[in-house]
Amino acid sequence: MRISSFKVIFIGLLLALPIAGFAYDKNESETDKKFDPNEMIMHHVKDAHEFHIIDINDKAISLPLPIILWTDNGLTTFMSSEFHHDDTGQVVVEKNGGKFVKLHEKIYQLNEGATSVTFDEKHDPTNASKPLDISITRNVFMMWVSVLVLLLVFISAARVYKKSENKVPTGIAGFVEPLVVFVRDEIARPMIGEHKYKRYMPYLLTIFFFIWINNIFGLIPILNGANLSGNIAFTFTLAVFTFIITTFSGNKNYWKHIFWMPGVPVPMKIFLMPIELIGIFTKPISLMIRLFANITAGHIIILALMSLIFIFETVAVAPISVLFSLFITVIEIVVTAIQAYIFTILSALYFGMATEEEHH
Amino acid sequence: MDLVNPGFGLVFWTAITFLILLFILRRFAWKPILGAVSEREESIKSALDSAEEAKKEMQNLQADNERILKEARAERDAMLKEARELKEGIISEAKEQAKVEGDKMMKQAQAAIESEKKAALADIKAQVATLSVDIAEKVIKEELSDKKKQLKLVDDMLGDIKLN
Repeated sequence: MRISSFKVIFIGLLLALPIAGFAYDKNESETDKKFDPNEMIMHHVKDAHEFHIIDINDKAISLPLPIILWTDNGLTTFMSSEFHHDDTGQVVVEKNGGKFVKLHEKIYQLNEGATSVTFDEKHDPTNASKPLDISITRNVFMMWVSVLVLLLVFISAARVYKKSENKVPTGIAGFVEPLVVFVRDEIARPMIGEHKYKRYMPYLLTIFFFIWINNIFGLIPILNGANLSGNIAFTFTLAVFTFIITTFSGNKNYWKHIFWMPGVPVPMKIFLMPIELIGIFTKPISLMIRLFANITAGHIIILALMSLIFIFETVAVAPISVLFSLFITVIEIVVTAIQAYIFTILSALYFGMATEEEHH
Repeated sequence: MDLVNPGFGLVFWTAITFLILLFILRRFAWKPILGAVSEREESIKSALDSAEEAKKEMQNLQADNERILKEARAERDAMLKEARELKEGIISEAKEQAKVEGDKMMKQAQAAIESEKKAALADIKAQVATLSVDIAEKVIKEELSDKKKQLKLVDDMLGDIKLN
């Protein structure tokens, strides 16, 4: 019963996907200014300080999110609704002895004495600076939603085992267990090895499901495509975790392969050392860029296909746009799992390389 | 360029959130789930092992049964053989005994017959003697009247006796 209701929700979201995207873009075009696909796409792909849901008759319906800033006067917090959906630096909010404006989803603090923002030719503010911004943005909010979902799913799955005496996976555990076993048997065991994989299981499982669910959330249009896993800050952080774990679990053999490659002549050893040293860093960097680029590119393609309707300003393109964007969306759904899988398997591979014992 | 510039706020929150998520899930989800899965795998493995063992035991039992059956059969055969031998022995012994007994009886009978015959012969001899004495008496009485006749008579009578 539980699994079938999951199915219903999932299929429902799939069906709502092209329609919602369509509806949003239509509202965007109703404004008088000329439709700018680049701005629209970037607005979707990047982070935002409010959780915009929909525009009805030019009135934005959105969830305000807290803005948290570290300024010279200490911690400053206020709700993003105080900007009244302004994103051009017009509305000035005064808080904690500072004046703040929001410009292209960045919070600027006006310099002492200034009352409004002045711009240079590049449209960069000249009399304002950026304070340290640790706001609960759209992405942070969606990340927490995803964490709640993950906790709900996996802790209730764990409770199924605790309740049943013979450890039979029923209900949600039946859905979760194959995935967990997949990560264990197809990722951790072959990549790290039978003896050491257990230590890395919690990290690999967490990273796999954390990336996967955020990839999926990024595709749900009613969440306004909170593009968390397509944000480089997110992928950067996870890649840093993989880098730290790899570096700290590196054994003698691992470092020997980096600094003094065994089995090659001495000039070659010297030649390989800088390459291997760079390799330590290129591995996590590739992880970071791969996930970020794949997810962001998918979003951009879907939004660009939708934008075609408004670029050509004819509804005749709509069927093609919708069809293509549906096609890409289906691919993207596959990509959500593939990218989570790739990130996890490569992390496991790096851990396996770091802990590999010398061959005798 | 914003797009490829990691913002500090999101890095900060991602790191904190991920660490908390990792900690909670490790404690409350991964440990029980992985534990249950491996426990089940262990129990399946041990069940299979014990099934294999039971199968082996069954085979052993079957072999045992067969062996016992074979033994029983052999024992039966031995017993039958023994019985047959016994029977034959008894029969041959009985035959022998019967023969011995028969021989003995025959001998006794022969001995009896012999003695009877002897007795009869002795009797006959005695009778012949008396008879011949009687005859002789009569003849002598008669013959003694005529010398010639006396001699002839003696001769005849003697010849008769020889025939016996």
